[in-house]
Amino acid sequence: MTALDPTLSGLIAGIATQRIRTVDLTNILSPDFPVIVLPAEFGQCEPFRMETVSRYDGNGPAWYWNNISMNEHTGTHFDAPAHWITGRDVPNGTVDAISPDDFIHPAVVIDISNEAAADEDFIVTRAFLEAWEAAHGTIPPRHWILLRSDWSKRVGTLAYLNLKDDGAHSPGPDAGAMRFLVQERDCVGLGVETVGTDAGQASHFAEPLPAHSILHGHGRFGLQCLTNLDQLPTFGAVIVAMPLKIKGGSGSPLRVMALVSGH
Amino acid sequence: MSQHPPRDKRDPLARRKERHTPPGLRSSALHALSARAAAGRFVLQSCQDCGAMTYPPRDACPQCWGELVWQDQARGALVLCETTIRATTDLYFRDHLPWRMGKLALDAGPTALAHLHADLKPGDRAEMHLMLDKGGNAALFALPAGGRPDMDDRQWREFTVPVKDRIVLVSDARSAVGRAVVKALHSAGAGLIFAGMAPPARAADLTDEWAGLDRVQTLPFDITDSSLVAEGISKIAGPLDIVINTARFVRGGRNLVDQKRMMDIAVLGFMRLSGACAPMLAGRPAGAFVDLVSIQALAGEVGFAGYAAAEAAHLSLLQSFRHDMRAQGVRVLSIFSGPSDDEDYQSVPPPKVAPARLAREVVEALRMGREISCVGEVASDAMERWLADPALFVREKNL
Amino acid sequence: MTRTRTSYDGVVLCAPVTVPYERYSSQTAHWWAGRALRALARATGFGPGDIDGFCFASFSAAPDTAVGMVQHLGLSPRWLDHLPTGGASGIMALRRAARAVQCGDADIVACVAADTNHLDSFRQTLAGFSRFSQDAVYPYGFGGPNATFALITDAYMRTYGIGREHFGKLCVAQRRNALSNPLALMRTELTLEDYLRARPISDPVHLFDCVMPCAGAEAFIVTTPEIAAARGLKVARILATIERHNAFPDDPVQLRSGWAMDVDDLWSMAGIGPEQVDMLQAYDDYPVIVAMQLEDLGFCPKGQAADFIARTGFEIHGDLPLNTNGGQLSAGQAGAAGGFQNVTEGLRQVLHQPLGAQVPNARTAALSGFGLVNYDRGVCTAAAVIEACR
Repeated sequence: MTALDPTLSGLIAGIATQRIRTVDLTNILSPDFPVIVLPAEFGQCEPFRMETVSRYDGNGPAWYWNNISMNEHTGTHFDAPAHWITGRDVPNGTVDAISPDDFIHPAVVIDISNEAAADEDFIVTRAFLEAWEAAHGTIPPRHWILLRSDWSKRVGTLAYLNLKDDGAHSPGPDAGAMRFLVQERDCVGLGVETVGTDAGQASHFAEPLPAHSILHGHGRFGLQCLTNLDQLPTFGAVIVAMPLKIKGGSGSPLRVMALVSGH
Repeated sequence: MSQHPPRDKRDPLARRKERHTPPGLRSSALHALSARAAAGRFVLQSCQDCGAMTYPPRDACPQCWGELVWQDQARGALVLCETTIRATTDLYFRDHLPWRMGKLALDAGPTALAHLHADLKPGDRAEMHLMLDKGGNAALFALPAGGRPDMDDRQWREFTVPVKDRIVLVSDARSAVGRAVVKALHSAGAGLIFAGMAPPARAADLTDEWAGLDRVQTLPFDITDSSLVAEGISKIAGPLDIVINTARFVRGGRNLVDQKRMMDIAVLGFMRLSGACAPMLAGRPAGAFVDLVSIQALAGEVGFAGYAAAEAAHLSLLQSFRHDMRAQGVRVLSIFSGPSDDEDYQSVPPPKVAPARLAREVVEALRMGREISCVGEVASDAMERWLADPALFVREKNL
Repeated sequence: MTRTRTSYDGVVLCAPVTVPYERYSSQTAHWWAGRALRALARATGFGPGDIDGFCFASFSAAPDTAVGMVQHLGLSPRWLDHLPTGGASGIMALRRAARAVQCGDADIVACVAADTNHLDSFRQTLAGFSRFSQDAVYPYGFGGPNATFALITDAYMRTYGIGREHFGKLCVAQRRNALSNPLALMRTELTLEDYLRARPISDPVHLFDCVMPCAGAEAFIVTTPEIAAARGLKVARILATIERHNAFPDDPVQLRSGWAMDVDDLWSMAGIGPEQVDMLQAYDDYPVIVAMQLEDLGFCPKGQAADFIARTGFEIHGDLPLNTNGGQLSAGQAGAAGGFQNVTEGLRQVLHQPLGAQVPNARTAALSGFGLVNYDRGVCTAAAVIEACR
């Protein structure tokens, strides 16, 4: 048999004919792409670094290659359940153990760009989500929840990390919203444009860092530093997100792609 | 944003001026003198047996053939005679003719040839300084005694690093020490200071006290990032006279992630920075690279074992870099200090060195062209003990 | 109580030769030494098998010394000496060879000084000249000997009130003497005005105070009267010699030198006084050293060189003919050969074999050498008085 299965051939033909459009949701991995900054007493996230080994020179006359180094949570990256203490006992909670079935899931895009523009500390609450559902429809199960904040448009400026004297300021969910999404909507995970799934000030919440805590405690995933969410439909995008198979890894930089209808 | 100061006017098509260094051949005894001159000492040899003082450096006492030892001496001297050299076959001095030198009777005993400050003439009292010439070797320089000699003396400037109107890069201006260094250079009249600010940029950067200062420009700079170092240097673009490496990462304990970062800054970061700026400094008439080094580099130290190790490697590289740059006439100055009074050394009891004190020493080391400086009691004491008995010092620091 | 010096009975000097100097030469010191031996052979008939003593001086023969030179030039001497003493080497060669001949250690000693001068060899010779120079002189402006002698000249002028016009008189007289020497490199008239107006090199040293480095060789023979007579050679005898190194080390500046320690010995051994010699062949790289020799060798009291110079004629026909070939200042300074030309020129004049003009009725000559600025002063001094055998 050399012919493709009709479903797969439909996918390939769809991409070839642009009936299915691909959207790259990944930021460029570069030394100057910001990483999350923690208070100085904690260990820090090492940014992406690249040293040239050779570039058609004495160290390699015909070839070009670089040594790279970084933290697992650098650039556009994936958070596995084991990233958080609440997920430490989740089965298959490290990137090498995650089932390939979880690499492809549909997504719901929740647009909070207006709210985030008005309030950089905008909090997504359960009430906000319920109102959103009333307007757009119920969030289906086993979907990625992608928060479109347009924060990716701030990359390259001070306003991306938005560090002030009292820490970072960026939007994110509270615990109520997270419980709603995980327990009542059975989401696959949460994807955001900011450097963390949690809001910039989330360490000061009554339940601190609820996105990390609740997502990973329930074996769900995180995607951070996404871009181009504004090119996705509210419903109907399929996300392809495959972390590197790092032994016992807590996450990984990765290429994230969406497949959307060309119509 | 401040503007670059007016740069040297030159014919854009003219070939770049080659810089030469003074004749470099020296005896082992003179290198021993240079090693002491590097720390700003004024020493001569005296005989252990008969006490006779001698100069030039010898390997035996000319009075009794006894053993010679180096001793600090009174700096006074009397100018006996002088000459103004107007012809030479040496390329370095040819570039600096006419050149005045003279012979002095040192209060310490011997007579010596020395470079003469312009205001000195035969019969005048002088104050002797052992300076390092552009090739890194000790040379006697006679300044007028008492009063305030003109430090803009043309010949004196060949032995020092003028800061006024010069263009300076401070590799890390975020730390307390880095900030103090920027301020001190600004007060000393530096023409333009590039204040390196490691990403991520912070909103506070824009409201920083020097953001509005004339002659200070912030520059995204991080010596752990090769590309940012290259970009930063390319943004400076024009002449760069002085580089001050203030970057460091200090942690106690034996955490591997911390250790890696300490090595990345102290060792690899130094290599990135020095490699990138060396060609720019080499073309300058008085280029200098100043590095802040922990005195812990000398012997290791329990409690800061990893940091001391990183600093030991840093010091080792710095010494090799100094050798490389001597051929280019660029001075490489080390400022040793113990714990500084900032967040890096919160766990360490006083005495600690105030960042402003460290910064003053940076300017002073440049002003005197001093290769090795120790700031504060901890560093001076450690250096003294290490010089006296390295094996004992290592043992005591690691008991 | 010092012992009386033994006379130089049974020893004679002969066959002064000068290989014509060249400003620059692509030849080696070995070539110039070979030329000197060939000139000696022409003058005496002595071949390699006859010469059983060899004394050599050079700055540019590296890596060879006298050892390399004897094999290079095919000599098998039974007495060998190498003199690194530059401007003092001629007289030192003379007095060493004389004792070797007198004691029977050698019969025919060839004393040879040879130096080449490549385009850059002056600078290179300077750079590695001495340890004290490299450590404590050259780093101070790299003025070479000009600067060192400028300091001495400055101090000497301040101390004794001597003026440039006095030095100028010496230089002008020597240039006039050079005019008759066909081998002199500088043979244009020099006036006192030219001298005074010359450009400064290292104040107060000006252009005409400085010698011109060049390539060349000088040589002479020391042997027994019997051997010389057998060859029909005109000879001179040695009346007295002195030598001193590192004299007065505690003088802050060199205002006197080794001659002053031994001058009484020199004249008492010679049996004549300075006023009785017919000429002075002195070391003249720089004129301040000539003035110093006039004092230290007893031609005038210390500090009175200015007066003495003012009232004395130094030309070939003058009261005290000085450096009758023009000296190093006008004939050229061929490295160590510069330290031999006082001997060869003095010998030529007393033997009446001049290159140019003859000092009338010359019988005796005072020869004086000064060498090696190891640090801040010349270290080596030597002097001799010779007399023609008639």
